Formats: sequence, structure tokens, C-alpha cells
Amino acid sequence: MNKSEPVIITRELTRTFGQTLAVNQLSLVVEKGEVFGLLGPNGAGKTTTVRMLAALLAPTSGEARVAGFTVGVEDQEIRRIIGLLPEAPGLYDALTAEQNLAFYGEMYGVENKSQQIKRYLELLGLWHRRFEPVGTFSKGMRQKLAIARALLHEPEVLFLDEPTSGLDPEASRLVRDFISELKGEGRTIILTTHNLEEADRLCDRIAVISGHLLALDSPQVLRRKIFGRKVVFHVVKASQVMVDELEKFDFVTETQIVDNKILAAVENPEEHNPILVRALVDNGAEIQFVGELRRRLEDVYLELMGAEKERDHE
Amino acid sequence: MNRIRAIIIKEWREVFKNKFVIFTVSFLPLMITALPLVTLYFTGGSEDFSGLSSADLPPQFASLCGELSGGDCMLYYLVTQFILLFMMVPVIVPMTIASYSIVGEKTTRTLEPLLASPVSTLEILIGKGLAGVIPAVLSTWGGYLLYAAGAFLMVDNRVVVSKLFDPVWMIAIFVVGPLLSLFGVSISVMISSRVNDPRVAEQISGIFVLPVLGLFIGQMTGLILLNERFILWMAAVLVILDAVLFSFAIQVFQRETILSRWK
Repeated sequence: MNKSEPVIITRELTRTFGQTLAVNQLSLVVEKGEVFGLLGPNGAGKTTTVRMLAALLAPTSGEARVAGFTVGVEDQEIRRIIGLLPEAPGLYDALTAEQNLAFYGEMYGVENKSQQIKRYLELLGLWHRRFEPVGTFSKGMRQKLAIARALLHEPEVLFLDEPTSGLDPEASRLVRDFISELKGEGRTIILTTHNLEEADRLCDRIAVISGHLLALDSPQVLRRKIFGRKVVFHVVKASQVMVDELEKFDFVTETQIVDNKILAAVENPEEHNPILVRALVDNGAEIQFVGELRRRLEDVYLELMGAEKERDHE
Repeated sequence: MNRIRAIIIKEWREVFKNKFVIFTVSFLPLMITALPLVTLYFTGGSEDFSGLSSADLPPQFASLCGELSGGDCMLYYLVTQFILLFMMVPVIVPMTIASYSIVGEKTTRTLEPLLASPVSTLEILIGKGLAGVIPAVLSTWGGYLLYAAGAFLMVDNRVVVSKLFDPVWMIAIFVVGPLLSLFGVSISVMISSRVNDPRVAEQISGIFVLPVLGLFIGQMTGLILLNERFILWMAAVLVILDAVLFSFAIQVFQRETILSRWK
């Protein structure tokens, strides 16, 4: 693979199951070291996309390349360099934690198998339970073991399909923290999740899909694209005069008073905020705080899905 | 090779935790070994057949017994009667193991990470197949050796006992046995791709034991005379059947089909 080449490239990737169109002309680029989120409702094609990229399903049409290898052509090479955590951990309950990992060590031809098993079991806090059958493990422990399995052969790309699904808050946090650590190591991670807060916290960029691509960018840029940027001025006593003064500026597209907060939609807060603060102070405002209104990723997601539903109705 | 070995060990660790599998795998060979030994115990050492002459026996026995006297020929017939019973072990045992190993992977959803690894479909099938075939063949051979030892102790006529090591027995046990195991595994793989319960897979697979049972009944009733030629024909047919069935099993066991259609 060319060093400058993105780790994943898909061009109009499409997959059908009989008459059902699961993934429709999906075009993505994922750079090396990026944590890339795939968001979408159930049946949006997230798992199908992951399975195609993991060389488990062949595309019906379009093209996908993973670490320089073409899906459907060089599948064995792809399987060697990726790690997959499927939706269900898929561990062998009758086998111990160590036996599960040792088995996959053989499947991937890991040379320093024992060291790798020790390393990941220790990292994930399972070393002391290594001789116990996986059937006795809690859901969180199973998920951590499945992550260890996906990492055992040091994959170039890691696919995590719903890694915190069904876990209690504590186990979810443990898994999320571990993903953060992996992110810190500069690994390329493709993360599918329904947990939007998790995606917001972990992902560098997010693709919102519903069969086809609805939006693709970093969480921050998606927020801006959909909701614009809004500045909140907390003042001692807000008045209509202050709002009227702000509306005189061309770069202010919307204003609102909520309690003693003045909201102003502006294109470039970094440039415009000093002007607005001066204007407010000149008009008698006693400013307590100035901040940017942060929309949740959930709002972005729901907005996109709402727009998609409207398009479908039309 | 390492992957195949790892799959075999993993399969054994998994399926032999299941009490039903252990029961089937151990009880059937024990029963099939014990049944002829008990029969021999009550007839082999007695003088029941001593009064028989060659003329009292059906004409086809002449080719089977050669120079043996009528009584010895009857004893020999009795001793060899159970070859086909032994042939049921290599069919049933791998069917049980393969049914649990493949349907088990489906129900516990362990196939996806396995299929995402660089192991080939052929390696998976060979590993799973051998995990069923090896115990089946070993238990067939073990049962046969136990039976031969028992027959040696219970039957006074050494000529009759030595017939247990005739080529017909050797081919049946050491060639047809493994071929029947492969037959059982291929059938189980195909059936397992369509059902979700290992017991259902095993029960449907069980239908394919009927031809072997039919041969046994045919031999008991004198319709079939088990001789070298018959066993060789059986081996030849099984080689072809196994090749066709195993290649069909590979077709059924496609990674994509498993993930998208195995429900």
C-alpha cells in the first residue's frame, strides 16, 4: 500500500440481498489513524458495509479497497490485516479465555502468540481469569475478550460493530476508554454504533448512512453544517434593544432571547464575537459569559433522519 | 496444517463438553462391540453347530467358507455377521459431532469472527470433518480390536478366529470405515446448513444410516453375502460418493451464504 493512500476507499459500493438494497452507492475515504464512525438506524446497512470491508460479503457493484487490497479480489490478504469485533462477540463458551485467544492466534498465524495473549489479557484486565471458561464471563468481560481477539494479530484496520451494545454503563465506559487508548496508538478504527455520545467522543469523522450516505464529516463540522454556529451571551438583564443592535450586523443571521441569554447565529464567531461583545457593552449589557451553543450529535442525527424521512415521503 | 490442528482441538474441547455427544460417541461403539461378544459368549464356545454339515447350509456359504466344516462355517458366518454392525459406528459418530459443531457455531454466532480470519473454507471443513472422523474411526478400530480379542478368547477354533483378519475385514474396517465417516460428515455439513437445532440435524442425518442398516439386515436374512468383492464395490462406490458429497458440502459452506442465508 502506498503510504499516502487512504486505508479505506469505497466507490459507489452497493450490496443487495435479493430485491432488498442494503447498501446503495456508498463512497467513503478513511485515512490512516482515523477513528471513523458509521451511524444509522437499524437496517441502514452499517453491518453490511463492515462485512463487505472485512471481506465477508462481496459487493454487488462498486469497489472497495482496504489497505491497498481490493475487496472481492484479494480477500485473504484483507482478512490477514484487519481485526473484527462483530455485533455478537462470538466466543467459544466451553473454552477458557486463553484457549479462545490461542485458537485465533493459530488462525491468524501469530508468531509470538503467548506474549500477545498475555499482553492483551493484561491490558483488558482479564489475565487473572485466563483459565476460566468464557461461559462464566459477564457480558462486559466477553466483549473485552472479543476486542482482545480482534487485536491479537495487530491489525492495520480494526472494525468494531456496536462495541458497547448491551453493556452496563461501567462496562461501556471500560470499553470506550480502551478504544480511546487504541485511538491514541494511532490505529485506524471503523466504529459502528447507535450510541451517539460515544461516536461524538471517539470519532474523528462520522458517516451517517441510511442505505446511502446522508452526511460525512467530523462531528463538529456536521453540527455547523446542519445547525450553523450560535453564540450565547449570558447577560445580567437582556433587552430587545440589545438584540436589535446585534441584528444590524449582516453576519448575524438569527437572534433570540431566552431568559437572560441572547442567542445569535453567526458565520464566524472567532472573528465576529469581539464586535458583538463591544456592541452589547455599548448598549448597556453586563456580560457574564460568552460561549458557543453546543448541539448534541443526537440533534444532528435526528435532523438528518427527519430530512431523509421527508424525502422518502415525497 | 496448524490451523486444521487448532480447529480439531477446539472442536473436541467444545463438543466433548456436551453430555449427549459423549453419550452417543461412547455408548454406541461400546454397545456394538458388546452385542456380538455377548452373542459369541452364548454360542461360540458351545457345540451347537458341531452337528452341521456343509450340505445343511445355503449354497452361497460354500464360497464364503472354503474348506471349513459345516459347523465351523456357521460359526464363521456368525462371527462375520457383525462387520456391518461395526460399519454403523463411523457413520453415526461423526454425524453427531459434525451436527453439534456446525449448528452449534450457528446458534452461538461464533462463525462470523472465524470467517473473518484468514482461515480458508477448506481448512475449516477439513478441521471440522476430521474432528468427527478421527474419534469415529478410532472407536470403530478400537471396537473391532476388542471384538477380535473377545472372539479369540471365546471361540476355540483358531481358523475361524483368524478369518477375522481376512482381507474382507481389513478392507471393511480400515478402508470402508473411514470412507463411511467422511460420508457421515459430508451429509451433516449439508443438513446443518439448513437447520438451527443440532438434534434436528442429527435426526435428519440419521436417515442416512438406514442403507448401512439395510445391508446388515440383508446379510442377516441371507439376501446379501458379505465377501471381498462386495466390500471392494462398497469402497469404490463410497470413494465416488464421498468425493461428490464433500465437494457439494464445500459448495454449501460458502462464507457469504453462511452469513447472509444461514438463519
